[in-house]
Amino acid sequence: MSQLKNFSKGFIKENPVFVLLLGMCPTLGVTSSAINGLGMGLATTFVLLMSNIVVSIVKGAIPDKVRIPAFIVIIATFVTIVELTMQAYLPSLFKSLGLFIPLIVVNCLVLGRAEAFASKNNLISSMIDGLGMGLGFTFALVLLGGFREILGAGKIFDITIYSENYVTLLFVLSPGAFIVLGYLIALINRIKTK
Amino acid sequence: MNYLVIVIGAVLVNNIVLMQFLGICPFLGVSKKVSTGIGMTGAVAFVMILATIVTYLIQHYILNRFGLAFLQTIAFILVIASLVQMVEIILKKVSPPLYQALGIFLPLITTNCAILGVAILTIQKDFNLIEGVVFAISHAIGFGLALILFAGIREHLDLQNVPKGLKGTPIALIAAGILAMAFMGFSGLV
Repeated sequence: MSQLKNFSKGFIKENPVFVLLLGMCPTLGVTSSAINGLGMGLATTFVLLMSNIVVSIVKGAIPDKVRIPAFIVIIATFVTIVELTMQAYLPSLFKSLGLFIPLIVVNCLVLGRAEAFASKNNLISSMIDGLGMGLGFTFALVLLGGFREILGAGKIFDITIYSENYVTLLFVLSPGAFIVLGYLIALINRIKTK
Repeated sequence: MNYLVIVIGAVLVNNIVLMQFLGICPFLGVSKKVSTGIGMTGAVAFVMILATIVTYLIQHYILNRFGLAFLQTIAFILVIASLVQMVEIILKKVSPPLYQALGIFLPLITTNCAILGVAILTIQKDFNLIEGVVFAISHAIGFGLALILFAGIREHLDLQNVPKGLKGTPIALIAAGILAMAFMGFSGLV
């Protein structure tokens, strides 16, 4: 597989959210606005990239039987780094993402890529895979957050599009997350089968 | 702290799946049949209660005492991973059909955010051990309630004539949205 294809597969064809249905908890939980989606996506991308790099470097040294716990410790280390850094430099974003930052460690996407890709491929491909998948995840989160913000608050990235008097508040609440994601997946399926 | 408030708050008002979005993977993954939903609920409930007790003790008697609070995430996930391994071994011996039915989702409880989420929330909300246990039990009940209700809806959805583009996951998500809307009716109870 060419590296370009390896990188771009995360956006539509193997998009972690819309197609593989991985990492659904943060996807639904933090996307009440586009900016939250972006922050969460980039934090996950960092963890994904770093854990893919480390896993592909140390894969020969880890005995097969304990590889999952070993991967989880590697991932948890990077999550802790993100958590402490964000708490220090971006306290308001940290507050609005809340519980979902430590929960990156149990994001099936990160462990899934470590197990399915980084433990079988070389360093360069693993890096590109981590970056592509991470950005694909970010893309999905921003798209979902954007739609919910426009429909539910009449804004996008905090820029007002139309008056708050006409918004459907439901879309920034939890049922809206499920419904918008359902329609987005249907849309992506349509694009894919074309 | 009133225990009843914790229970109603966790089961209905802030339902772990539909309102807090924790444990969505098993919620979408094993909800095709009511019977597997019940099995999954049992496994999750067991691990969740055990994990909350063990992580509470670790947080208060090891991490806080030695000033290691920043290791919380790593310590908790290791505890949960070993607990899941233990449940898996026991279940394989005691109930092979249930073990078969749960399949891939049993090891995946490790990466079920509901477990780690409840463990962290118990610490964040400054509960004592008994409140923590009540909190974990009610979240497990809330998880089971949402999962089993949703499995029932999906069994009916299979028989309906769904538009082609919405078949499978999209219609399931929309149904989950409507279920979440129903749960919004409980807000303001506590």
